[in-house]
Amino acid sequence: MITKRIIPCLDVKDGRVVKGVKFQGLNDVNSPIELAEFYTKNGADELVFYDITASSDGRKIFTDILCETASKVFIPLTVGGGINSIADFDRVLKCGADKVSVNSGAIRNPGIIEEAAKLYGDQCVVISCDISLVDGVYRVFAKGGRENTGLEAIEWIKRCVGNGAGEVVVNSIDTDGVKNGFDIPLLKKVCEAVNVPVIASGGAGCINDFIELFDEIPDIDAGLAASIFHFGEVSISDLKKEMAAHGILTRR
Amino acid sequence: MIAIIDYGVGNLFSLQSSLKYIGEEAEVTSDIEKIRNADRIILPGVGAYEDAANKLRESGMADIVMEVAKAGKPLMGICLGMQLLLEKSYEYGEHEGLGLIKGSVVPIADVAPANYKIPHIGWNALKFENGKSPLFKYIEEGDYVYFVHSYYATDCAESTIASTEYGAQLTAALADGNVFGCQFHPEKSGEVGMKILRAFCEMEG
Repeated sequence: MITKRIIPCLDVKDGRVVKGVKFQGLNDVNSPIELAEFYTKNGADELVFYDITASSDGRKIFTDILCETASKVFIPLTVGGGINSIADFDRVLKCGADKVSVNSGAIRNPGIIEEAAKLYGDQCVVISCDISLVDGVYRVFAKGGRENTGLEAIEWIKRCVGNGAGEVVVNSIDTDGVKNGFDIPLLKKVCEAVNVPVIASGGAGCINDFIELFDEIPDIDAGLAASIFHFGEVSISDLKKEMAAHGILTRR
Repeated sequence: MIAIIDYGVGNLFSLQSSLKYIGEEAEVTSDIEKIRNADRIILPGVGAYEDAANKLRESGMADIVMEVAKAGKPLMGICLGMQLLLEKSYEYGEHEGLGLIKGSVVPIADVAPANYKIPHIGWNALKFENGKSPLFKYIEEGDYVYFVHSYYATDCAESTIASTEYGAQLTAALADGNVFGCQFHPEKSGEVGMKILRAFCEMEG
């Protein structure tokens, strides 16, 4: 049977890994290549590299880092951040990315999902959403979680999957950085709405938060986190041992 | 030298990097002489079957792959590359493959229960079939490899060397003499994947 995946996310700016709490106040954590190798050795099932650089110089540094990582680490790599066009897909796929995650780019131009899925296959296209509950309705946010787009989140995700997105990353703004567990109600709704893999993001503070996630939502495919791994609060190998002890299937 | 067949589909960066990582010289090429002189051949592939099969034929790469396979050189197809080694595929119609291994390609949705997500994406365990293939000499049964596919190989029981469980037994790897196929991506399967590639690189033609 297929295993539940544990995915560390590396936010990269100017060649370094950073992580914001609620998307603000960034701290320099470590070298992306070293961290990627470290996580791979410790049992990460996949890596997400998120480019939060704005300048074109920064973009070049990012793709160089990506190429170097893909020459040293042989597990699936998902790349996101600044993906607005097919040229952006092409740029990161050539550097060894397996999947490309689109967020604001799809909000600005929803056609990009269908176009990319036709060119590279559904399995290559990941829709990533920043979601927050506003007056009882889940809304999609843009610009790193700062701008309410007004889009209803579940309908938006269904539309993206219908257009060819092969995987969904659900990032709850409400739980992100709080370290008090994943957003179970939101994630349940998304899993009920689509039949492609769903990756939970935002809120993991300890090993038990992952156990709760997989126990509460058997259909969830993966748990993603950043700072708790970067700061050594949770080691991936310990997490996987604990998952196995709870009867959750993981890759040994 | 290992020739990675270039026929205009897929991203070969990781495959080439992984072979380099295990100390093998590999070249992505469509040069017929280079392929003819290579020690081993890898046929990669991602995307749609019909498009890939057409490109393989139009580029002239189908003929040279058939030639080296028949000459007894170790050949390995990966993912869609494995599926192209079979006789035919029923992915959006009916399309002819190279026919180097007996069998055909059908949707996973035909056999997996409705609540199983398609594509089959992620790490899944290998169950050895028909004994232990030399391709697996450095790994153990139950080791995990990385899959991404919506179609699988069927009617190929005799050449199946590994399967994986996804609500049904799906073909994970095939072998017929010097011709091998992996449905999963060894180049994305961490240490286990590197061990499979190493075993392939030690095959004698």
